Amino acid sequence: MRERQGSAEVQRTPALSVRALVKRFADVVAVNGLDLEVRQGECFGLLGPNGAGKTTTIEICEGLTIPDEGEVAIGGQRWSHDARALRQRIGIQLQETQLSEKLTVEETVRLFRSFYAKGQDVDRVIGLVQLDEKRKSRVGTLSGGQKQRLALACALIGDPELLFLDEPTTGLDPQSRRQLWELVESLKADGRTIVLTTHYMDEAERLCDRVAIVDHGKVIALGTPRELITSIAAAQVVSFAVTGGETALDAAALEEIGRAVSATHAPRASDGGWELHVAAPHEAVPALLEQLRRRGVELTELRTHSPTLEDVFVTLTGRALRDG
Amino acid sequence: MADTNRPRPAIVELTLVRFREFIREPEAVFWTFVFPLLLAAGLGIAFRNRPPETVRVGVVGTSPAARQTAEALRASKGLIVESFDADSSAQRALQTGTVALVVARGEAGNAEYSFDPSRPDARSARSLVDETLQRSAGRVDPIAVKEQTVQARGSRYIDFLIPGLLGLNIMGSSVWSIAFSIVTARNKKLLKRLVATPMPRSQYLLSFLTSRLVFLIAEVAVLIGFGHWVFDVPVRGSIGTLALVCLIAALAFSSIGLLVSSRATTVEGASGITNLVMMPMWIFSGVFFSSSNFPAAFQPVIRALPLTATVDALRAAMLQGAGLGALGGELLVLGVWLVVAFSVALKIFRWR
Repeated sequence: MRERQGSAEVQRTPALSVRALVKRFADVVAVNGLDLEVRQGECFGLLGPNGAGKTTTIEICEGLTIPDEGEVAIGGQRWSHDARALRQRIGIQLQETQLSEKLTVEETVRLFRSFYAKGQDVDRVIGLVQLDEKRKSRVGTLSGGQKQRLALACALIGDPELLFLDEPTTGLDPQSRRQLWELVESLKADGRTIVLTTHYMDEAERLCDRVAIVDHGKVIALGTPRELITSIAAAQVVSFAVTGGETALDAAALEEIGRAVSATHAPRASDGGWELHVAAPHEAVPALLEQLRRRGVELTELRTHSPTLEDVFVTLTGRALRDG
Repeated sequence: MADTNRPRPAIVELTLVRFREFIREPEAVFWTFVFPLLLAAGLGIAFRNRPPETVRVGVVGTSPAARQTAEALRASKGLIVESFDADSSAQRALQTGTVALVVARGEAGNAEYSFDPSRPDARSARSLVDETLQRSAGRVDPIAVKEQTVQARGSRYIDFLIPGLLGLNIMGSSVWSIAFSIVTARNKKLLKRLVATPMPRSQYLLSFLTSRLVFLIAEVAVLIGFGHWVFDVPVRGSIGTLALVCLIAALAFSSIGLLVSSRATTVEGASGITNLVMMPMWIFSGVFFSSSNFPAAFQPVIRALPLTATVDALRAAMLQGAGLGALGGELLVLGVWLVVAFSVALKIFRWR
């Protein structure tokens, strides 16, 4: 187990700090003045839809992409001066890496171990990512989840203090996702600092101590998942649909319904129906039903759920995460 | 394994990876080891007991003079004679290449040869036909000539061919295997993942050179051994000289392999560049026939090609028993290619 430096001095230095980052590609501004500060030992999430600039941001932090403007410091060191030292201190999982299919799991991890001056024991790391039984298997024969865990092993083998995981569970089946989550949780318990990107709100809610919601290359909200969810001031989200679909109610009717149920704002279209954020669902639901009855519209669907980061994103941007 | 927990140096691990990736790809093993042997065997058998060359000629006409001419030519060992009644059918045979030359006898006893002088076999047919006709008409050569034919070990076509194939194989396996694995790694973002580690980049490139050397020993031994046991191709120079030539050639071609794959992102793109680089050398570098057949103006360029230098040095070492001192020029050419190609590759290499 790695030793953690305990002095207050070190604790105050942010594990990662990003200032006014800008990165333009030919025709798009991928990152547009982004600031971040990741504390030592926390799991920090960059949450946003595809194309929000998460991967560009994380690759700039990893020293793989050079920003047009702005600064990145990892534990006080910068890529322009301390690239060699920084490479030894961080572990990286890229969004899409296909490791050599002809090598076995053990050969792959051993290869990555040889790059680091100090690192973890190969057998221990293979055990940690639960690939003991696959040690002698070729990478080409592994399942998606196993490949992802191998990629994590390669990220961990140098015993990094800061770990970057870019969409670690994208494309995995639910069981593999949960397995990977447990792994990330055990790494957090180890005291490592983790920065991960995801477009899954449940992943961010479960794993991250703090989340930055990223959209169009900027941080549009920052806080713990709980803080972010409370910020939209809704105890419950009520979603409903009626016969006739989205055309059955006009804007004026919707506004009136919103007022009648004391929603924080007018109903928002969502999946062929509408969503309302309400503070007191036990009063709002009967009021909603009464409104619909008076208008002669028949309810086909009614659900309520506790607000999630998804609802935070929708509230901030007017779009759903998966719409991109 | 003694202590599996102590990590080996990166260059060792990287070389091992190269080695494993190669031997786990059965097709690559075939193209590197089996294909050159098949090629050598095929060409060796084709040219081994070559009978004296014969050439097919036509005689046109039904006159007694034409019949006599055909008979006289048939007596010559080097000629196969076909008689044509009509001039038109004889001309057609000439145009389609069925015969190399057509003889027509005039009424005054004169003869007319029709042939294409740009065809080597037509030229040799002309001199053979003319000589036979003149002699049968009574010409006596003023100089007495005695012929002695030679088929010595070391001067046969197979002796010429084996060093050529060896050079060709060193080039092909070095350039191809490197270009293929680098471009695949780039395409699959594996290169990007590797440069995200503290791996020294030059060691990654160097591992391709070091792993080539392991295969080189096998490749060279297989082909030279095959030539020696099957066709009795001699190795007259020292093994050390031969080994050094192979080594420097392999390093030079590996550097060229790094260079051709330094930018390409797809295997298709890389194979285009690879063919562009290797094709001229297949033709000009004297693998299958002597490069001195090309015009003198081309020679300085042909001499500067790495495959020409390799093949010339291998032939000198194997067939003439040349020592290192005699190979300075060729080794210098290879050395320059090695240094320049590796430095440029390292500079322009696309790591992601």
